[in-house]
Amino acid sequence: MDHRPQQWGRPRDDVYGAYDASYMQNNGPNQHTQQPIVTGTSVVAIKFKDGVVIAADNLASYGSLARFTNVKRLRTFAGTSVVGFGGDVSDMQYLDRHLNELAIDEAYTSEAGHTLNGRNLHKYLSKLLYHRRSKFDPLWNHLLVAGLDEDDKPFLAAADLLGTTFTSPSLATGFGSVLAQPIMRRYAPDEESAAKLTKEEAVDIIKECMKVLFYRDARSMDEYSIAVVTKEGVELKENEKLEKQSWAFADRIKGYGTQTV
Amino acid sequence: MFRNNYDNDSVTFSPQGRIFQVEYAAEAVKQGSVVVGLTSKTHAVLVAIKRNAEELSSYQKKLFEVDEHVGLAIAGLTSDARVLSNFMKQQCLSQRLTYDRPMPIETLVSMIGDKAQLNTQHYGKRPYGVGLLIAGVDETGPHLFEFQPSGMTQEMVACAIGARSQMARTYLEKNADNFNDCGREELIRHGLRALKETLVQDRELTVDNTSVGVVGFKETGKKALEFFKVHDGAEVKEWINSVEEDADAGGETAAEEGGAAAEGMQVDE
Repeated sequence: MDHRPQQWGRPRDDVYGAYDASYMQNNGPNQHTQQPIVTGTSVVAIKFKDGVVIAADNLASYGSLARFTNVKRLRTFAGTSVVGFGGDVSDMQYLDRHLNELAIDEAYTSEAGHTLNGRNLHKYLSKLLYHRRSKFDPLWNHLLVAGLDEDDKPFLAAADLLGTTFTSPSLATGFGSVLAQPIMRRYAPDEESAAKLTKEEAVDIIKECMKVLFYRDARSMDEYSIAVVTKEGVELKENEKLEKQSWAFADRIKGYGTQTV
Repeated sequence: MFRNNYDNDSVTFSPQGRIFQVEYAAEAVKQGSVVVGLTSKTHAVLVAIKRNAEELSSYQKKLFEVDEHVGLAIAGLTSDARVLSNFMKQQCLSQRLTYDRPMPIETLVSMIGDKAQLNTQHYGKRPYGVGLLIAGVDETGPHLFEFQPSGMTQEMVACAIGARSQMARTYLEKNADNFNDCGREELIRHGLRALKETLVQDRELTVDNTSVGVVGFKETGKKALEFFKVHDGAEVKEWINSVEEDADAGGETAAEEGGAAAEGMQVDE
């Protein structure tokens, strides 16, 4: 028996073999995120009279490959808010687990039912993103948070991988910020006009945006999730299909590679 | 040397199932000058008697602002109270920073409850020698909580702690049904009347020894807050005068003796 104190409580080498210390260290240096790998494209959202409509397609791309076609990029929080994720999907899944934990903590700490509203949630997420970018290990996401504020008014705000935040009556991430945002601004250039939109109008605008994005964004898909957040709660539909597509414009497009005509 | 074998530390039960250090800490609360708290539908009010160590010294503060929507009143060791108050201030600020919201009162109180309980379960630590009344407003309305050195916290409609607080509690119990519908001024007057019940003969409320803290909603049914504010000196004159007029109403006088600070421990000074 080996009676040296270093050996106390350890499995005996003569019985179990020497311990393989290589399990203790990983190979090579520990790397921070340098780029997103599996990505989701645009998230679009617009405020209306008594809530917010938000949508994102169900595609997770691996580079230009449409790798996963059933990835839900909208998640509800506390039944009162929705977070839409653009960017890296693994970081989205990390945030999703983190938000589950937060919701459970919050539900346990207060019996009177103080829940985090949209504004609280957005503030928290932006702090989290900024914290991670300050560690030079960012969460590679661009988030939209749709919900209500403390006065039950519609709330919509964005936070990106640097922790930058902004709000607007309509918001879009990724390609949506160039393709969808101008369309939404036509209907809701300011808060006043957004406050006049009905739910049906807002849903139609978002569907129109999703269609344009599918036409022109090569990393998008025709199946998408859409959520309507109001005082009554969240109405989330996860397997919507784009309707009434028209590709009539396509045959007039010239360029992009070998021309046969 | 010792009163018994089981009061050396706060981790050992006596065979009767008591923890003497915690009970002694509760005694320190009874040595502090009295504080009263009460709530209505729209407001939470704290009132307190301040003591001065000697004729020429200033009066020890009894009411503290924690955040714009919460304040507290202390009875017991002021220095222990400051530790808890500073902790609560920090937690409230951190809640505003990370969530952009005012700290829910219930959450805040359970935090100091947990903190105080730890001291009763670790060898070499001692319980906080202070009791608190925490008054605040959040999205669920005005709240008043009582905190004890054992770590016990509970929500109250009205409460009094400190020396001779039993007299105040008797007043509060007698009038508790009326508090809910009281306006701001009437609630403060109820508080001061409860406070007066605790005074020994030929002591009275003065602008020097009386503190009033108020927090609530500006208007019924509206969300706009009247932030927690401590009123001292000339600001409490009107209120004191208004309860002086009905001075002859209360008949009860001193029963239990408050007594001077025991065993050299400086309390509320």
